[in-house]
Amino acid sequence: MSFINYSSREINCKIVYYGPGLCGKTTNLQYVYNRTNPDAKGKMISLATETERTLFFDFLPLSLGEIRGFKTRFHLYTVPGQVFYDASRKLILKGVDGVVFVADSQIERMEANIESVENLRDNLAEQGYDLDKLPYVIQYNKRDLPNVADLNELRSVLNTTNVPDFEAVATKGNGVFDTLKATAKLVLTELKKGG
Amino acid sequence: MVQPQIVMYEEEFNQIQSVCEKLVRDANAIVVFIVDKNGQLIATAGEYENLDTTSLASLTAGNIAATGGMAKVLKENEFATQFHEGEHQNVHIQIVGQRVILVVIFDERSSLGLVRLRVRKANQALNQIFEILVEKAQDPNASSPLEEITDDDIDNLFND
Repeated sequence: MSFINYSSREINCKIVYYGPGLCGKTTNLQYVYNRTNPDAKGKMISLATETERTLFFDFLPLSLGEIRGFKTRFHLYTVPGQVFYDASRKLILKGVDGVVFVADSQIERMEANIESVENLRDNLAEQGYDLDKLPYVIQYNKRDLPNVADLNELRSVLNTTNVPDFEAVATKGNGVFDTLKATAKLVLTELKKGG
Repeated sequence: MVQPQIVMYEEEFNQIQSVCEKLVRDANAIVVFIVDKNGQLIATAGEYENLDTTSLASLTAGNIAATGGMAKVLKENEFATQFHEGEHQNVHIQIVGQRVILVVIFDERSSLGLVRLRVRKANQALNQIFEILVEKAQDPNASSPLEEITDDDIDNLFND
């Protein structure tokens, strides 16, 4: 649910990065944070455990520039990927405007990916959202690893609705901004429609 | 969508801002701010220049969401008030109209009793303003504020 402020002429939107544990959601945000001009970003917050696993969420506020005199601000959130943090994941999806699903390309994580997409769909439905009607982008991460599944196979399993998708190596930044830009664009297009 | 989008107009924004400024004075507070439940900062008043209000807003919303989750488990509707006591500063958090969150940061120049009293008053005033905003957002004749934006405008935003 976006927030449009006529008084300060701002459009605020929320994008959530979803995906199985250790797929690279936080790494995506960290790369965006490191490569963004200081004027365009706020502080990145990570509520993580002592072993740097996300406990509640990561948060990064980002300004993308102006559209017709309105400043566009995006709030990027990640969810904790580990299965037992489901209650927290549901909370973070509240008021979401767009979703990025970060898939782990490694063959042995295929099942975890499928489980996480199903969990995303269920948790959205619980809040009254339909994944097929939300701005939604898929990222196949960790493409540099030796044991990755074939791209077509990943697509056929995870992208059955043919949404925009990107290959990525989030640790090096490949595909990170492409994913974000595609999502932000879909969110703004949806807003224009008055969604 | 589940909830109508929040659209803030100049008139209501000024009213909300006045309520916050009055609360800073009446409660002897350091900072007062209002956040929506999704973490978007709506208004700020007081000495906030050196404060990362964006981070505070998102953490407040996360906090309220987590507390709401606890309420649900305990079969409570919500925990409308929270109080955090620090060594030098304290934070009073109040849910207004089940929709937005009113946060008051104060120190030893004020007291919890005074803050609670003044928050109750501000709560009523804010409730009325947000009810009007919700009505405006649900008006079927209201046009989307972004209708005039073109696909080119969106594309231009992403040209490097």
